[in-house]
Amino acid sequence: MEIFRSHVLICGGTGCTSSGSQTLIETFHKELEKNDLTNEVKVVKTGCFGLCEAGPIVIVYPEGAFYSHVKIEDVKRITEEHLLKGRIVKELLFKEAIEEDKIRSINEVDFYKKQKRVALKNCGVINPEEIKEYIAFDGYKALGKALTEMTREEVIDEVKKSGLRGRGGGGFPTGLKWEFTYKAKGDQKYVVCNADEGDPGAFMDRSVLEGDPHAVIEAMVIAGYAIGANQGYIYVRAEYPIAVHRLEIAINQAREYGLLGKNIFDKGFDFDLEIRLGAGAFVCGEETALLNSIEGKRGMPRPRPPFPANKGLWGKPTMLNNVETYANITKIILNGSDWFAGMGTEKSKGTKVFALGGKINNTGLVEIPMGTTLREVIYEIGGGIPNGRAFKAVQTGGPSGGCITADHLDTPIDYDNLIALGSMMGSGGMIVMDEDNCMVDIARFFLDFTVDESCGKCPPCRIGTKRMLEILNKITSGNGEMKDLDRLEKLAKNIKASALCGLGQTAPNPVLSTLRYFRHEYEAHVTEKRCPAGVCKELLAYTIDSELCKKCGICAGKCPTSCIDGVKGKEVYKIDTEKCIKCGACMEACPFNAIDKK
Amino acid sequence: MSKHILMKENFEKLDQFIVMQKDKKGALIPVLNEAQKIFGCVPIEVQKKISEGLNISLAEIYGVVTFYAQFSLVPKGEYTIGVCLGTACYVKGSQKILDRIKKEINVEVGKTSPDGKYTLEATRCIGACGLAPVITINEDVYGRLVEGDVPEILKKYE
Repeated sequence: MEIFRSHVLICGGTGCTSSGSQTLIETFHKELEKNDLTNEVKVVKTGCFGLCEAGPIVIVYPEGAFYSHVKIEDVKRITEEHLLKGRIVKELLFKEAIEEDKIRSINEVDFYKKQKRVALKNCGVINPEEIKEYIAFDGYKALGKALTEMTREEVIDEVKKSGLRGRGGGGFPTGLKWEFTYKAKGDQKYVVCNADEGDPGAFMDRSVLEGDPHAVIEAMVIAGYAIGANQGYIYVRAEYPIAVHRLEIAINQAREYGLLGKNIFDKGFDFDLEIRLGAGAFVCGEETALLNSIEGKRGMPRPRPPFPANKGLWGKPTMLNNVETYANITKIILNGSDWFAGMGTEKSKGTKVFALGGKINNTGLVEIPMGTTLREVIYEIGGGIPNGRAFKAVQTGGPSGGCITADHLDTPIDYDNLIALGSMMGSGGMIVMDEDNCMVDIARFFLDFTVDESCGKCPPCRIGTKRMLEILNKITSGNGEMKDLDRLEKLAKNIKASALCGLGQTAPNPVLSTLRYFRHEYEAHVTEKRCPAGVCKELLAYTIDSELCKKCGICAGKCPTSCIDGVKGKEVYKIDTEKCIKCGACMEACPFNAIDKK
Repeated sequence: MSKHILMKENFEKLDQFIVMQKDKKGALIPVLNEAQKIFGCVPIEVQKKISEGLNISLAEIYGVVTFYAQFSLVPKGEYTIGVCLGTACYVKGSQKILDRIKKEINVEVGKTSPDGKYTLEATRCIGACGLAPVITINEDVYGRLVEGDVPEILKKYE
């Protein structure tokens, strides 16, 4: 075996790839060759490290030196200084990785300290395109244990006792789902992985698939063994090309190693997997719509019951779990249900991955034990709100969820607490908003999304959400009446009660939760015709502060409609609000911040 | 343009793929994905071919094609500009970026410019939330944008 004295781990996730990590890898190879270090230093392309904000990220072991925002020209320095001479290049380290004169390794940085990585255990650690690395990190050991030491019932029991609940949003107990499908009668059963991550702003499933695809494959084989299925499907978004590519590689490698296919571990158990690509429809994240899509139909949901456990793919008993749910399975089998149930709260066990984004310093993926408070996530792990702005709300659960205010930041995160606050866990999107975000506009944004993605099968969703959007547009354009707020609430309640699938039933949540916590913002739009956050364009009026104006005339030069008058150097400038098209060009151009919109 | 893409060679490629997939269950969407890749769109002529190959009615195929955002009936422009309107990008001002691009290239969202140069799309989350707000132009990704960056970027694709 080759031994290397140093490992250079470079993030090959979507975020870092978008900011050029592939070129970094090539440059490292060239530099290492130039310095004759190829036998001593190994470059590894890993999955996502999680702290996307700092990308592209390079980590050098054994020191755990955490280089952030690495540019091509930095590679030469890191190679010559650090890898050749053993001197860490301090200026290029992540800002929090240096404390006075001490260098903190990646695990000591605040962003990672409070995290507990279970589902993301191997992400950013191994090369996801190399099955040997996965195996070296206990890969396929859980499958071996399940097949050779455990009965099917014991596997299901272990999952049940762990308390694991579905990580795709619903939070249904996973073990029960396994048991239902196990008990369902049928000559053919299927295991399906829902990797149609459509929630805007959530990308944990993609990260798992990109960073640790074998974890999902292994868990699906275990699931197949437990419920008695020999065929599995992974339904993944076509918009995730890197994830699809790595899954293909992983499936082929698993086949080569006999971990997929016939007679796995010589136990007479056959199982194989196929990838099916989604074609851009959010509703396909709903389980019955997803099944229709695999069957080659329009992705429209089916009424339940019958549930997929009894009548799923092609009418056969089918078990669907989400990517992150599967990523927990191998760890539960290996470490035992007690270990897993030892983390989290009474009714929500284990950890949950969140995609932290929006107005937050450390954008990225975080995995925390259930029961961690929102405040810890946003301020300690997330590093707070940038540019000294004030926190306004955090949105969880995407288009199905709601907004949570500062008053509830000390709530421990779990399925039930979030629902009690009018939001939900969802797949784990967590978008932070500050005082510059208008909550009515955010509600409108989500409704716009659901209207666009509604499949059109049931009238409450097809017609109802459209009507809600119309009312919201009316309010944000300054034509709202107080009656509209009641109409919104009434419509929302009716849609929740009568829509066919989860998409429709939860579509009104963003409106209901913002009405609950930010009613005053709605009222300001309606009665004062004013957008307090200064977002809703049609309600804005641009004005020039005559005391701040330095009479430079730059704004007038930028105005496309020539609606700003004044005399350069002599007279302060004024905006003719009648002619103003509210494009904001003047405000952007003013060097003295003399222009205000309210 | 449509004559150009509907060449014999492309149909042969499609035929080969259909033969491979024909006996699989639920083959329609994989075939449509491939057709979209080969032709750059799935116009009615291509749907007819698939209908014959898979023995599925044209009506059903049309229903599926129009359901999914991934399939388009008309060819896309030389450059497809996607502005991410995922939540993380939206709260960081991607709507402004979209409006600016719309103005600069004079194309409405979801439409292609008459000269076939640009297609403008408002895309769902592409998962590069750390770079928000993000746009993609074909394979290129541009992140951490402010409205003023737009003209400079577009210049590269004239």
